[in-house]
Amino acid sequence: MNLHEYQAKELLRAFEVPTPRGVVVENSGHVEVASSYIGGDRWVVKAQIHAGGRGKAGGVKLVNSSEELRTVADELLGKKLVTYQNAPDGQLVSRVLVEEVFGIARELYLSVLTDREHERVVVVASAAGGMDIEDVARDTPEKIIREVCDPLMGLQDFQCRNIAFFLGLKDKQIQEATRVLKALYKLYMESDLSLLEVNPLVVSDDGRLVALDCKVSVDDNALYRQKNLADKRDPSQDDPKEAAAHAAGLNYIALNGNIGCLVNGAGLAMATMDVIKLHGGEPANFLDVGGGATAETVARAFKIILSDDAVKAILVNIFGGIMRCDIIAEGIIKAVQEVGVTVPVIVRLEGTNVELGKQMLRDSGLSIISADGLTDAAIQAVAAAKGAAA
Amino acid sequence: MSILVNKNTKVLCQGFTGKQGTFHSEQALAYGTQMVGGVTPGKGDQIHLNLPVFNTMRDAVKATGADASVIYVPASFAADSIMEAADAGVGLIVCITEGIPVRDMLNVKAALRANGAKLIGPNCPGIITPDECKIGIMPGSIHKKGKVGIVSRSGTLTYEAVHQTTHLGLGQTTCVGIGGDPIKGLDFIDVLQMFQDDAATEAIIMVGEIGGSREEEAAEFIKAHVTKPVAGYIAGQTAPKGKRMGHAGAIIAGGSGKAEDKIRALEAAGVVVAKSPADLGASVVEAIKRAGK
Repeated sequence: MNLHEYQAKELLRAFEVPTPRGVVVENSGHVEVASSYIGGDRWVVKAQIHAGGRGKAGGVKLVNSSEELRTVADELLGKKLVTYQNAPDGQLVSRVLVEEVFGIARELYLSVLTDREHERVVVVASAAGGMDIEDVARDTPEKIIREVCDPLMGLQDFQCRNIAFFLGLKDKQIQEATRVLKALYKLYMESDLSLLEVNPLVVSDDGRLVALDCKVSVDDNALYRQKNLADKRDPSQDDPKEAAAHAAGLNYIALNGNIGCLVNGAGLAMATMDVIKLHGGEPANFLDVGGGATAETVARAFKIILSDDAVKAILVNIFGGIMRCDIIAEGIIKAVQEVGVTVPVIVRLEGTNVELGKQMLRDSGLSIISADGLTDAAIQAVAAAKGAAA
Repeated sequence: MSILVNKNTKVLCQGFTGKQGTFHSEQALAYGTQMVGGVTPGKGDQIHLNLPVFNTMRDAVKATGADASVIYVPASFAADSIMEAADAGVGLIVCITEGIPVRDMLNVKAALRANGAKLIGPNCPGIITPDECKIGIMPGSIHKKGKVGIVSRSGTLTYEAVHQTTHLGLGQTTCVGIGGDPIKGLDFIDVLQMFQDDAATEAIIMVGEIGGSREEEAAEFIKAHVTKPVAGYIAGQTAPKGKRMGHAGAIIAGGSGKAEDKIRALEAAGVVVAKSPADLGASVVEAIKRAGK
């Protein structure tokens, strides 16, 4: 789960990491309160959405007067901002963050993340701040330092000094960097984060270290014990179908094709998308109904798939492990009847009692096509989608 | 022969009297697995499924001499259960539970390195040696004793590989579902080494997916150390970047974890990579044929 920048900065402040003075605003009528609280006569206005590339998309603007502040806030609030990361749909801007402007001497990069190859938490830093770290890693890997943290000892002072000197910091900044790095590590661990990225961490003209921008992702598996973070979820930032699926407890990801997929198991769901593509079609979604798919979960899944107008056919691919195929067939028939599915439904069943299950589908009198195997199912689904589109 | 589990493996179940623990223990018993009891704290004087229930793993291992444990407890208790099993001296711990926080698994892995116990999972279907021992949630009936070793990050794709090798008459030696989490117990390389050393395993199927670089590491390992024919499949070729595809570990992050890189690495190591999971059986037949030349 991702947080907004303003939420991430609240966390930073709670762990005593310096951030710019700022106020988050939901209504452009409130910007004067924000600007007078922050002080000065120039401010930065930052659209709050869950996507990178805001600056280039016009979502981050420097304003030189109260009038301009209000105009820019008005322009951004309530609109969808489209960046290279969330194109073509964009995301709704419900809030803008108004922040102070100060002189910047240097831009640095810091992040804390879990490295799955080392199975350790790693702190990554670079003097090339403000840039895409993936580009830096590819083009100039020598500009990046990585400190691997021992799970027992955590991030040590010497590792912070390694980073601080590598970044070219001096004098009191070495101690300050150590304090900031340890605070970031503590925040990462205590909040069950999966990514904490400060990009850039700036050195101000007067030598202070300040987190100018911050991106935070929380480990979804830990949300049950991070209730205050779970409450920060903003469903308006998700695809509406994905948000509905999340609320229904289903694993759904919207894609751009026209063949809806309903599958049990994440691996098989990915594979089903691949097989559709292999046979010349385009999947409309990823959907894993889980191991114990019941008639109710299948019905909910159909509803979500059908809420996507692009869907011209639905491929149901179930490997009935312990769950018998006749029970799954019953669930599919019930769901198709209840939901009133109007597009062709191609079903591939495998596992215990498969013949009985297929017979039930054939006898249902509904527009359900029973396929022989995954390849046949994909070919039929692609043909059905093309037929409907033609 | 087989790897890790066989007819002599004595298995305990943690979360024994719960719904999942009960259902899958019944299935395991029906399959012929040597279940010797289970643990549910506070129910230590009961008999469940005609087997003794213990309050602690320490008591259970002492009384039964169990050498494996399967965990069906909720995610918030799972790390504790793994540690309890390891502390009690169980050599093989199979954790089916999905949704364990990454921070818990980081700590568990660090502790297990010192302890030496083998962990399968979490977020996995388990392990089965056909006709001998079934530990986990896989349907026993699709398996057939035979000569292919299967290792996979995905449950249902393991079933596809099993189903096809059964129909082709090849059968399986042991099938290991290593699980879909980013931080997990045994990985491809550990299991590939065991299959390489197992006399009964004549060919290997490995099923990977997007996320991480364990498949690439496995490809290097196969090139250097595996002489047996290997077929593979990688799920997620059409997955968009930056989205978590169901499994916690299935995410393409920052240019790494892509299916095409994994496929290229495996093919360079001589693995026959299936284009579709429907071709897994045919691919292992092809791999065996190529090796026979």
